[in-house]
Amino acid sequence: MKFLKMLSSIVLSTTLLFTAQAVQADKLTDIKESKVLKVAVPQDFPPFGSVGTDLQPQGYDIDMAKYLAKQLNVELKLVPVTSANRIPYLQTGKVDLVISSMGKNPAREKVVDFSDAYAPFFLGVFGTKSEPVSNAQELADKTVGVTRGSVEDLELSKLVPKSTTIKRFEDNNSTLSAFLSGQVSLIATGNLVITEIATRYPDKAPETKFLLHNSPCYVGVMKGETELVAEINRLIKSAKQDGVLEALSQKWLKAPFPADL
Amino acid sequence: MSYQLDFTNLIPYLPQFAAGLWTTVELTLISTFGGLLLGTLCAQGRISQEAWLRTCCSCYVEVIRNTPFIVQLFFIFFGLPALGFKLSAWQAGTIAMIINLGAYSTEIIRAGIDAAPKGQWEAGQTLGLTRRQVFWHIILPPAYQRVYPAIVSQCIIVMLGSAVVSQISVEELTFSANFIQSRTFLSFESYMIAALVYLLLAILMRQTFALIKRITFKNPSL
Repeated sequence: MKFLKMLSSIVLSTTLLFTAQAVQADKLTDIKESKVLKVAVPQDFPPFGSVGTDLQPQGYDIDMAKYLAKQLNVELKLVPVTSANRIPYLQTGKVDLVISSMGKNPAREKVVDFSDAYAPFFLGVFGTKSEPVSNAQELADKTVGVTRGSVEDLELSKLVPKSTTIKRFEDNNSTLSAFLSGQVSLIATGNLVITEIATRYPDKAPETKFLLHNSPCYVGVMKGETELVAEINRLIKSAKQDGVLEALSQKWLKAPFPADL
Repeated sequence: MSYQLDFTNLIPYLPQFAAGLWTTVELTLISTFGGLLLGTLCAQGRISQEAWLRTCCSCYVEVIRNTPFIVQLFFIFFGLPALGFKLSAWQAGTIAMIINLGAYSTEIIRAGIDAAPKGQWEAGQTLGLTRRQVFWHIILPPAYQRVYPAIVSQCIIVMLGSAVVSQISVEELTFSANFIQSRTFLSFESYMIAALVYLLLAILMRQTFALIKRITFKNPSL
């Protein structure tokens, strides 16, 4: 009896799921008709999304959502999500788009369609202006600080020539202290860490030398909504050309938008 | 409790352990010599007739003995560059260890000096020796001999304390163990080796100090 109950509930829910998908065949038209764009945004991940002192959500992702809604000429409805529930929100149609600093990977690509990249998110080597470095080979005879055992440590250790000294520190704070106190003039870390330095000590912020591992952020769209993806891509492309993304990057990440993104 | 020890994967990292061990030995040797020298001079300073010198030495001892070693280390490595003194991690580590041992050994040696009978000072001065000569030739050798076990222990504590300088990226034994652990995830094995090496080093140090004692100190009554 229990088994039958379970079976019937599975059948029922699967049917419902399929019907739901069938109804929302063309999301773009739906959005334009209802005049509302529902976007999943983070609220616990500054500078991409957090709650400001006025209790309103703010951040790179929120501004990106505002830009898209404005371009589509519809009203914006922000839906706060966590990184764990953002894809379920999209799959169940609670939101139209996920703009939640989401990176691409094969598992996600099976369940979500991705737009073009709209925000940089990478591990790289950063340093003072006086260090003319643009690739791993040029780190020869130089000293780079990094947090021991981190992904950037592993990547860096693979890439650099033998004559490079890698100073490994116990945690991110020590690595940053080493840079800020001038003990090392180059460090390998994530771009958000650099944003944090740039926000607090604008004159001491290191500049990007080269990337170690690139995992930019994409807008997530429900699987199969090709027209919506095409429209978002068109808007992202024009945002790149109009300098909108450059402005967002400068505002929230305190760094230029990478030209190759 | 079904952990399988796996030392074979650590074999490629043995040179790194050896390099770390050498750095630890180097740090220990330099800081032991430097620290004991500093301690002896400060002990002399603490019984000096000049009030300012006594105050300076006791301030130094109090400041160092009442602050954590890691804070002293971070102060030298991360703090001093703000004033323009930029030291490499190795230099900062060595200096911190010398300063630390210096303060502790000052107190130990001073205890030995205090135990010297007042008559020895007076006898020396009666014979026409200066205060400094009395200190170096008459008071200090037996003072050292009296507090020798305490000094040995303190030097070993400093050797073990050198593990802390791994925090500022000095690549000594603990740093090697941390590094190898983060690459192989064999934490039990890595730290087991590190612990054994420290134990052997400490025993070796005690033996060496015992040997030095047998050669140097000739007064069996103390």
